[in-house]
Amino acid sequence: MSNLNSLAHYWPELILTVTILVAVISDLIYRREHSINVAWWVLGGLTLTLFAVRMGGSNVSHLFMGTVASDPFSNFFKVLIILSTALVILMSFNSNELKDYRLGEYFSILTILSFGLFLMVSAIDILMVYLAIEIVSIMSFFLAGYLKKNPHSNEASLKYVIYGAFSSGIMLYGLSLLFGLTGTTKFFEMQNAISSLGSDSNLALILSVVFILVGFGYKISAVPFHFWTPDVYEGSPTTITAYLSVAPKAAGFALLIRFFNQVFGDGTAMASESWMAVNNLPWPQLMAVLAAATMTVGNLVAIQQNSVKRMLAYSSIAHAGYMMMALPLMSQSGVYGIMVYIFVYLFMNLGAFFVLIYVQSEIGGETFNDFDGLGWKMPFLGIVMTLFMVSLTGLPPTAGFIGKFYIFASVIEAGPQYYWLVFVGVVNSVVSLYYYIRVVKHMYLVGERSESIGLPSSHLVTLVLIVLAIPTFIFGWYFNPLTDWINQSLVIFQGM
Amino acid sequence: MNYLLSWIIWLPIVGMLAIAFIPRDKSELIKQISAVVSGLQLLLAIYLWSIFDQAVGTFQFMERAEWIPSFNITYILGVDGLSLPMVFLMALIGFIGVFVSWNIDKAVKGYFSLFLLLNTGVMGVFLALDFFLFYIFWEVMLLPMYFLIGIWGGPQREYAAIKFFLYTLAGSVLMLIAILALYFTCGKTFDMLILMETAPIALNGMLWWGMSAIKVIWVLLFIGFAIKVPVFPFHTWLPLAHVEAPTAISVILAGVLLKLGVYGMLRINYTMLPDGVFWFAGALAVLGLINVIWGAMCALAQKDLKKLVAYSSVNHMGYTLIGMSAVIAASTMNGDNLISAQAGMGGAVFQMFNHGTISAMLFILVGVIYDRAHHRDIDGFGGLAAQMPIYTAFVAVAFFAGLGLPGFSGFISEAMIFIGAFPVFKTIVIISTLGILLNAAYFLWAFQRIFFGPANEKYNDLPEINTRELFTVVPLAVITLILGIYPRPFLDMISATLNVLIDSVVSLGGFTSAF
Repeated sequence: MSNLNSLAHYWPELILTVTILVAVISDLIYRREHSINVAWWVLGGLTLTLFAVRMGGSNVSHLFMGTVASDPFSNFFKVLIILSTALVILMSFNSNELKDYRLGEYFSILTILSFGLFLMVSAIDILMVYLAIEIVSIMSFFLAGYLKKNPHSNEASLKYVIYGAFSSGIMLYGLSLLFGLTGTTKFFEMQNAISSLGSDSNLALILSVVFILVGFGYKISAVPFHFWTPDVYEGSPTTITAYLSVAPKAAGFALLIRFFNQVFGDGTAMASESWMAVNNLPWPQLMAVLAAATMTVGNLVAIQQNSVKRMLAYSSIAHAGYMMMALPLMSQSGVYGIMVYIFVYLFMNLGAFFVLIYVQSEIGGETFNDFDGLGWKMPFLGIVMTLFMVSLTGLPPTAGFIGKFYIFASVIEAGPQYYWLVFVGVVNSVVSLYYYIRVVKHMYLVGERSESIGLPSSHLVTLVLIVLAIPTFIFGWYFNPLTDWINQSLVIFQGM
Repeated sequence: MNYLLSWIIWLPIVGMLAIAFIPRDKSELIKQISAVVSGLQLLLAIYLWSIFDQAVGTFQFMERAEWIPSFNITYILGVDGLSLPMVFLMALIGFIGVFVSWNIDKAVKGYFSLFLLLNTGVMGVFLALDFFLFYIFWEVMLLPMYFLIGIWGGPQREYAAIKFFLYTLAGSVLMLIAILALYFTCGKTFDMLILMETAPIALNGMLWWGMSAIKVIWVLLFIGFAIKVPVFPFHTWLPLAHVEAPTAISVILAGVLLKLGVYGMLRINYTMLPDGVFWFAGALAVLGLINVIWGAMCALAQKDLKKLVAYSSVNHMGYTLIGMSAVIAASTMNGDNLISAQAGMGGAVFQMFNHGTISAMLFILVGVIYDRAHHRDIDGFGGLAAQMPIYTAFVAVAFFAGLGLPGFSGFISEAMIFIGAFPVFKTIVIISTLGILLNAAYFLWAFQRIFFGPANEKYNDLPEINTRELFTVVPLAVITLILGIYPRPFLDMISATLNVLIDSVVSLGGFTSAF
């Protein structure tokens, strides 16, 4: 589709662009102490964007000369990105860390970041992929270092920049190898070109797959590209940590799924239950090993943490591992499982971080000991935090169980050759119980029982926590609406 | 009453919601509501028993509702002769448990909410006939149990709670793999009734990395259930959890939760993997034997009365396993001995029920003395018989029932188990009768040290067992005595179902070609 015609299908991004401009301009108008009001403009813009995304319906179109796709699959992830951005903005109102800084540009950068994520989930051209990843990365660097008076935050930003630059450089090299082999930058044309390549170019292909995985793995913080995660997550403002652990990860998975299914999937079997890798490349096996390593490393290190924030950072690596379990299958139910997982993960993980932010601002710390007796002191907070922890562990009847259930089911469906991976997965969820329940232990079992002080002081906190807790609970036993929606979103993998 | 089973399951949740709206300082009202709700549940369970048709061996009072059609998940409930005694046991122990917990004074609202939630979880497991639903209920029990041990437990409660949680979760995730493997290999359904028919055929001859699929699934399920029973060597969480848990929770744990494991094996392993039964029966009997001897030896060595009772549970559950393994006696290659299979299986189910009542009684009585003396050291008492004659009498009843004295229900079930298993596992049965001897040794020795001998002056003015405590013990003692003299009503209730079960195991299993 030509550039001008494409604009008609590009409403969500156009609205988001206008939102960014409004945010930047309004920030100039507001005084410093009122700059938090920029958030309301951004929230308004995000709401409009959400409507525009939902209006997109089930249309599938390839925009801007085939570089960007607008389809239900990307719409699903766009909704996810809007939700997490909006929730993180609401969380930022109560953040103690951000109080000393001008927040106008914080919200503007957050909006630009979500624009980059929009591009990431809809790119179908490797140039666009690179562009999207860079937008996201650079904005994340800013946000990670937003607390400019805090050395940890500066360190986080610097580490993030160095790792980011390094991994995107390697990815670029992989992409250029791929371009050299196929002579095109578009996903679909690449797939055709690769399937007609002889087996003598397999080595170059494998090399490019590995290099590209470095870039994608960095975004979803998969082992062994995860080393930046704990330090960046710890140093960044907690709101940004929450955001980084959800939205870019979701977008990274969307990109991974789209890229590998459309470029390295066997084109002849696109609509069938399980697909073959093109030219029998061993990337499914590679992905399986990476998935197992990711969840194991994430969990084993998370156990040893004393800071809840760092524990959540490492555990988010483990969650990436669970989701990666479904990647090697190249099956529809695998993609389905990832989508269910990432959706419920958004609520439970943001919820856990939100409680952490509240504890940071009320009690002034983020270690396990700061949670001592919290469940008695603030019953509401204790109950929702228990819900989030149980859900992150993956126990029924919470949404986290449904996520794991769909992932495990898809892997088992693929047959006995991946049973070992499920085994690693379930053992890891048992391990994760230990550190998640440790939070609950500190809230209820350790420390003095004190008088309850009732609901959180701010109604906004209570409201947002309820908004996060309800899906975490409801989707644990009634997930028909969610699965129906995902079914419709998978249209690109069914019809093409 | 079309939704009788649903009512039995969800009534405690209704009570829990009611409690949620009561201010936390009205603890009496909270206790009363819990008592009323569990009382109603018990009445419903008795009503269910009275209208249950004993002649029918299949499921009755079935309920079926759409739930998650896209994954073929359905809400299915049903009761048969295997689950009915367990439902009754849970309702009874749940009701008694409320009164056992009457003197809880720490966070009463939370305690009773979790207590009722636990009740729903256990009931759900016994009545669910959809594998997904079964799993959800199975897991729902864990969190309340964690809190009940962890908040209201003894000095080592944190460690006991997390150990219990980790052990059981490790077992249940293995079960989840097995459930999903069954789902995808046997016609994409969680409906247990369908799986019972399709699984034995679909899995026949299927190989996974050179191993029989039946064996793999059997072992995954078995570990999950064995941890709950607990079967040696998965039993180490049990003494700890029992000792640290508050009395009422020990009562529920020993009285009902341990039965979930055996129930699961009979309900799932036996029906869906009949071939595996023949493969594993020998191992089951040996594990049962180890449980019997090991549990008794450990009990003999204990100084803590509650730990002694806990290890006696390990011992008693061992008999159940031996009884279950007798099912293979009914197959042609093992002598076509239907009577012994019936005796063994009937004895196993009866033993489950009896252990439920007897161990509940034991734990309540341990709680009574602990409330007064604030310790449970067997050697720290002495001559209590003079101070507390009524209490002594009840402990005597409980101990005698526990060691399997004729006249008490435990004797009948153990005798049935030995009779049933003897034709197939002669050596094992002979050695396991030694366990009975050890049983008598530790119970009588403990009894002697606590109640006889020179009176310990420290306890000269210990108050006698009170009315509330008597109210919790007497029904259990009466049931034990009645079933010990006249077990017929109970055996009639379970026999039709067990005959169907034995028949399906024998007719569908035992093809050596499967391996």
